[in-house]
Amino acid sequence: MTTAIANIDHYLESFTEFEKQAGDDPRWLKALRETALARFLETGFPTTRDEDWRFTNVSAIARTRFSRAGKRPAGLSSADLGAWKIPSSAAQLVFIDGRFARSLSTLEGLSKGVTLSGLNEQVRKQPAAVEAHFGRYVDIRRDPFPALNTAFAEDGAYVHIRRGTVLSEPIHLLFVSTAEDTPEMSHPRNLLVVEEECQATVIEEYISLGTGSVLSNSVTELVAGESANVVHYMIVREPEETFNISTLRIEQARSASVASHSLLLGGGLVRNNVHPVLRGEGGECLINGLFVGNGRQHLDNYMLVEHASPHSSSRQFYNGILDGHAHGVFHGRIVVHKDAQKTDAKQTNRNLLLSDDAQVDTKPQLEIYADDVKCTHGATIGQIDENALFYLESRGIDRVSARRLLLSAFASECLARMRADAARAHADELIHQHLLSVGNTLSEGSAEPGRPTERTWEEVG
Amino acid sequence: MSLLEIKNLHVTVGGHEILKGIDLKLNAGEVHSIMGPNGSGKSTLAQVLSRRETYQVTSGEVSFNGKDLLAMKPEEAACEGVFMAFQYPVEIPGIGNAYFLRSALNAIRKYRGEDEMDAMDFLPLFREKVKLLEMDEKLMNRSLNEGFSGGEKKRNEILQMAVLQPKLAILDETDSGLDIDALRIVAKGVNAMRSPERAMLVVTHYQRLLNYIVPDRVHVLVDGRIVRSGGPDLALELEEKGYSWMETEARPTAPASA
Repeated sequence: MTTAIANIDHYLESFTEFEKQAGDDPRWLKALRETALARFLETGFPTTRDEDWRFTNVSAIARTRFSRAGKRPAGLSSADLGAWKIPSSAAQLVFIDGRFARSLSTLEGLSKGVTLSGLNEQVRKQPAAVEAHFGRYVDIRRDPFPALNTAFAEDGAYVHIRRGTVLSEPIHLLFVSTAEDTPEMSHPRNLLVVEEECQATVIEEYISLGTGSVLSNSVTELVAGESANVVHYMIVREPEETFNISTLRIEQARSASVASHSLLLGGGLVRNNVHPVLRGEGGECLINGLFVGNGRQHLDNYMLVEHASPHSSSRQFYNGILDGHAHGVFHGRIVVHKDAQKTDAKQTNRNLLLSDDAQVDTKPQLEIYADDVKCTHGATIGQIDENALFYLESRGIDRVSARRLLLSAFASECLARMRADAARAHADELIHQHLLSVGNTLSEGSAEPGRPTERTWEEVG
Repeated sequence: MSLLEIKNLHVTVGGHEILKGIDLKLNAGEVHSIMGPNGSGKSTLAQVLSRRETYQVTSGEVSFNGKDLLAMKPEEAACEGVFMAFQYPVEIPGIGNAYFLRSALNAIRKYRGEDEMDAMDFLPLFREKVKLLEMDEKLMNRSLNEGFSGGEKKRNEILQMAVLQPKLAILDETDSGLDIDALRIVAKGVNAMRSPERAMLVVTHYQRLLNYIVPDRVHVLVDGRIVRSGGPDLALELEEKGYSWMETEARPTAPASA
């Protein structure tokens, strides 16, 4: 306990130092940071006694003394990042340890309806545009990590797409950490404002080029205007030394359609919060994800879908593949507010365990305050189907290839829900490349007859 | 030398002996049928020959094309030329029919030291067989057996057989659940594959299929043993009298079970 408290104090020290450096920032921003810090100091890090954190122990984060990533001389060149470019993206914004690196970014040839920049630059240039949305959606009282992010919010992506703009190519936000010897933290803060009748895809991708321990604690506020069509990708590809906590807060206006695709393909401890609020009538939200873990990875997906108006629909589909001692979590909470009649919400979580030591916890939670709604949820946990495996083998395909085919088939359910474009092609490539890292240990005992291999539940509420 | 030679095969599943000494010789060019009541061990025999590991061979030998079949893994047996049409074909969402079949064909070609076939070369061959089995080509772009009717699944098995061109084709109750039109189409596909180089083992409960696929020999399997072998007429006799007279007849010759 004492160590945890000492480390909380250490965040206060870091904050005091940060405040000095950020002395020129607008007053509203400084006030927001102070409130957020006070809130964080009050609660500290969550423990497994908190219902929302029951399956995820963050004491390793609480124990580690992370310092704010310093501004290092840019040791990287565009060539170093060549391998992380997405072919035919509309633009790529690069962030080194949470800070926007304009010289490494590609922003040319954008349509007139789009403003892209670092959040920090935007705060200086047009503070009012930022103030109109910043911190207005994410709830710092509900979760300590967004509070910590808000306290240390310094930079991130600012994306503003003006009314009626249609972008067919994705905007790629690449977050690179470079920590080497001492544990470092960064708190990327992204604001994505997509106005009425726009169409856009934004890819948020986290990688690491260093070898050190990193806490990446990001918050993204995505505002989708009326009838906007927005696709968001969260891609985590960091090494096992990394703690990645992300919060995506989506605010949807009337008839807006938003898709959130999460690919957790790396990281040691990952918590992926997705929180859409279907504020306007007739909104649609698709929450689609794939998490693939091995070794001692811990991959936690916390979904909170709020239906706040009538006639809105949401679909959640998460597939997990866990090997080694990996631990996966799917927590799917759906809240239907009193006036949100005719809500149609569906949630499905399917998991494949490839080893005896892999584990998954799946938990649905429905809170329905309206009386004319359709909500269903279901989950399955199983092993690779021995019948399917034998079927493929009996046609000449060897066991390792047959397992690969089945794993990629399982993962492709997630791909099939993405719109066919450059972003999906990128996701497809990453998934198939990553799947080579799991399912390589062939357990002979899994064919035992009579052993229960699958648990399933489904309910309609 | 016979293509397939089974000597005194004993097989147990979960401690129960299912096959209690099977002897069978099958030459290239021949079609044999295994008939028998439910639970007699027909499907077990088919599964053992396609090398399903859940079945434990306690004694006996099986040679295929001069090689020890029981030493092979399922994919090796397939690459050597054994093919089983499943009684219950598995649905696998996410793997396309055509993609799967080309992967299987290429795995076998690779094993034999032949060049792999690209999609362009594969397509004409595939289309020809799809036509033979009178299947809807649209089905082929869908996931493997997913949402297929019973008849479509069985036709898909024969389609796979027609593309993979095995030396030994084992049909495990391919007729079960088929309406008469589907049965004719399946039989047409199978008959098109009869050749002097290929042998077939048709496992069935009913004689009906054998009206369309006329076997050279019929073996009757009862309680894990072949109790009688004969020509195609034996199947007709069974259809008329049922299996019970043979089960009674078999009993005195059977040694007391342990």
